[in-house]
Amino acid sequence: MTTTFAPDPGPAPLPRMIAAQTALEIRMLLRNGEQLLLTIVIPALLLVLFSAVDIVDTGAGKRVDFLAPGLLALAILSTAFTGQAIATGFERRYGVLKRLGASPLPRWGLMTAKTGCVLAVEVLQLALLTVIALLLGWSPTGGASAALPVVLLVVLGTAAFSGLGLLMAGTLKAEATLAAANLVFILLLVLGGVIVPLAKFPAAIRPVLEALPISALSTGLRDVLQHGAGVPWPQLGILAVWSVVALAAAARFFKWE
Amino acid sequence: MRDTPAVELTDVVLRYGAKAALDGIGLTVSPGTLTAVLGPNGAGKTTAVECCEGYRRPDSGSVRVLGLDPIADNAALRPRIGVMLQSGGVYPGARAVEMLRHTARLHRNPLPVEMLVERLGLGSAGRTAYRRLSGGQQQRLALAMAVVGRPELVFLDEPTAGMDPHARRATWDLVRELREDGVTVVLTTHLMDEAEQLADQVHIVDGGRVISSGTPRELTRGGAENTLRFTSRPGLDLGSLRKALPDGVVAAEPAPGAYRIEGEVDPQLLATVTSWCAQHGVLPDSLGVETRTLEDVFLELTGRELRP
Repeated sequence: MTTTFAPDPGPAPLPRMIAAQTALEIRMLLRNGEQLLLTIVIPALLLVLFSAVDIVDTGAGKRVDFLAPGLLALAILSTAFTGQAIATGFERRYGVLKRLGASPLPRWGLMTAKTGCVLAVEVLQLALLTVIALLLGWSPTGGASAALPVVLLVVLGTAAFSGLGLLMAGTLKAEATLAAANLVFILLLVLGGVIVPLAKFPAAIRPVLEALPISALSTGLRDVLQHGAGVPWPQLGILAVWSVVALAAAARFFKWE
Repeated sequence: MRDTPAVELTDVVLRYGAKAALDGIGLTVSPGTLTAVLGPNGAGKTTAVECCEGYRRPDSGSVRVLGLDPIADNAALRPRIGVMLQSGGVYPGARAVEMLRHTARLHRNPLPVEMLVERLGLGSAGRTAYRRLSGGQQQRLALAMAVVGRPELVFLDEPTAGMDPHARRATWDLVRELREDGVTVVLTTHLMDEAEQLADQVHIVDGGRVISSGTPRELTRGGAENTLRFTSRPGLDLGSLRKALPDGVVAAEPAPGAYRIEGEVDPQLLATVTSWCAQHGVLPDSLGVETRTLEDVFLELTGRELRP
């Protein structure tokens, strides 16, 4: 008489489920070559290239002082928006989200794990970019008092980009998400004050560009880290609005399969 | 508690646009039994199971699973059931054992992962990324993921699709063992032998409705019309045999040496035929009684073949 499969169902404790899911999400992300290229290699390469070579007029001061905050913003964009949209789009396509929907892990637990994964990778990216920038002679201003505004900007930027990425992943087909997320990445890289100062664009379209979440993030980080400003309230306000709208739309329109 | 059906679908209707995927389906699954939902592709099997799993909301009718509403009580139901989707459900870059171990971590008291890996022959595939597994290996991983949490009820959607005979045998053995250990099993299939071999109860589904239900025996016994066949030397004189046979029983030699007797085949008829053989010095090379299969039953009910 064997009772190998005798029923004894039950969920694992929530913190254990979320920790396991977060660890799995991070492993999946780090195992994906294209994803690593996008999140780690491209921002680092752009930082080195544009700091070393005078391609774009970045205004007064060292080029790296202008570029480092912009590429920190780009790193947030690549992980929270582009990477998350593409990965989630394919998870939806391959039934991963559907299958997890029948597991004991609640949906909000899955979303918490995804957020944890994004934040962990961002810490990795920001640390790497900071080291490279410092080696290139970056001298950020603001000292310890810059920490709070930087954290606020990163958190709100992550929320806004995650909302937009999940909205895309949860409504479009996986292939469409792949194409659109990369296109948006390139457009925002060029138009969002990452490498090219917003002042270079015609005055007529500048207000539109300034309202983009990437511009709010790059400008806010630059105000704090290059110009030694205090808390950049206007940029935080823009990011907060994007966060609320994008996350609400994602929650409303996301289709799990 | 044992009186509550494990699954109860009542008059469930679900439309995709104008097409009714479920058209008033009703069926009950008793706890501890193995139930097969048998039907051709497009019959509504997957949709019915997905209503039970909480993936689909019926337009009308009621669905109860373990006494719960699969959508309203989803959080309470999910940990108690095991789900095997027809395909997918795994990160393409995840390794087979990694994904199984992860699924185990989501449960309070999971089965030993190594035991399932060995039972389902996933050992050689353990370090292989999911997207590089064969279809049969992917199916076996999905099955392992469905049972690793020690569920009391599992839904298996076409569990042996794409498996070679060896893997199918291993899967059947595991499914039988689940049932013996007290797990309620609901599986969909379009394979008659799978339903006949495994199921306590079979629901034949077509056009989004149950068109017949019963044990495999009950379903195949219905209708006494059966066939007795034997082979022997060609050109036997069937006239004397016909005289010996009761009314309504027909004897014929459709091909030289192959004889077919159709009618109400019972032990008496068999005795009549063999004694006729003895009288005429006929030694049949082979002699057999053919009973109906679920395939025959399906054909009679719908006029169509079960296999696509």
